[in-house]
Amino acid sequence: MSTFGMTGATLYKDLRMEWRSKDAINSMLFFALLVVVIFSFAFTPTAEESRHIVGGLVWVAFLFAAVVALNQTWARELRNQVLDAYRVSPAPANALFLAKALGNFLFVVVLEALMVPLFVVFYQLRSVGPVWQLLVVALLGTWALVVNGTFFAALSIRTRSREIMLPLILFPISIPALLGMVDATTSILTGEASPDFWIKMLAVYDVVFTSVCLLLFESVLNAE
Amino acid sequence: MKSVFIPFVVLTVGLLAFSTYQALFVAPTEQTMGEVQRIFYYHVPSAWTAGVCFFVNFLASVLYLWKRNAASDALAAASAEVGVMFCTVVLITGPIWARPVWGIWWTWDARLTTTLVLWLIYVSYLVLRRFSSGGQTQVLAAALAVFGFVDVPIVYMSIRWFRTQHPSPVMGGGENSGLDPAMLYVFFWNLLSFTCVGIVLMVIRYRLQMLEEKVEAAHVTAALQGGAR
Repeated sequence: MSTFGMTGATLYKDLRMEWRSKDAINSMLFFALLVVVIFSFAFTPTAEESRHIVGGLVWVAFLFAAVVALNQTWARELRNQVLDAYRVSPAPANALFLAKALGNFLFVVVLEALMVPLFVVFYQLRSVGPVWQLLVVALLGTWALVVNGTFFAALSIRTRSREIMLPLILFPISIPALLGMVDATTSILTGEASPDFWIKMLAVYDVVFTSVCLLLFESVLNAE
Repeated sequence: MKSVFIPFVVLTVGLLAFSTYQALFVAPTEQTMGEVQRIFYYHVPSAWTAGVCFFVNFLASVLYLWKRNAASDALAAASAEVGVMFCTVVLITGPIWARPVWGIWWTWDARLTTTLVLWLIYVSYLVLRRFSSGGQTQVLAAALAVFGFVDVPIVYMSIRWFRTQHPSPVMGGGENSGLDPAMLYVFFWNLLSFTCVGIVLMVIRYRLQMLEEKVEAAHVTAALQGGAR
């Protein structure tokens, strides 16, 4: 089977499992909802103020929620030694990685699509800049979080304190991506600055780290 | 190797004493900043040494991923620890200088923020090393080291843009542009001695790491033989 075929098969399996259990999406959704509610208690901004702060709130909420899903990525494969079976099979390691990353990407995008209306309602949002740019930022930004997150989840699953390890190694590396997402979102919402630099920066970040992930995943998967 | 190392340590101690004396007593006092400027002779060489350590860490990690030998992993571990130590020195001496000169302890300037993020990345590297066990540590750590190193230029680029867009509040002092020759002379002595201190610490830590691995292996062998009996 080709790499694409393997990726497709694994992705299809993951999506089907998620569709039946809805573990990842439910826990992410509820978690993000809690973050939104807590933030809106912590700050009670006016419509004008919220344009300036909501970029930060949205992405911090999505980042925290994504960690919940990312932690479950590989835990599922540890049961019944599925990961070991995968390692001895001739299937390319990167097909597995891509499938997992794409799966997480879809979960987080669905989460974002469901959460954005809530943010709009709770923070009385109305964008000054063009909304389609927000979509570009969201897609690039989500991939930036998810591709590294999937990789680091594979690292942290092998450590002693599994769930705690992921944010500890993911957040420092993700700082520039997060900065890009937050600043681009704020620039678009307020219409005060052009988000072009940040969109390019996120694209570079995505390309660079997707390459690094694909280069190193096989070594990490086979680490003894 | 050992016969070279001891004289090198002695030389480093001598160098450090000489350059400290130079920095505190010989170097001319800066006109506007006064005595506090002398922290520059520790701050910048520490930053340089931290940079060298992180670069060694990256090279050793790539070498480990390629060759899978214990020596390069030990070097990676040693250089990361020493690098974090020097980076901490940078982050502490910086604000001490900034407070009287800029009037604030901290500003989210490109270089300051990049150093802080660098520190965070390598602390997370050390945490990962600590929390993983067995033979996996080396590969996982080496992979993270590559990510960390690749991230640094992106961090710097993004934060520079972030700060050039928004004017920073207090940036009066700036960096010493065009250093006095007398100061430059002292600075280079300090640069040399700090680099030597970094090398000495890395070598000591590297040896310790190799010894730890030997002890670990000896324990495993003993346990296996005990089980067979």
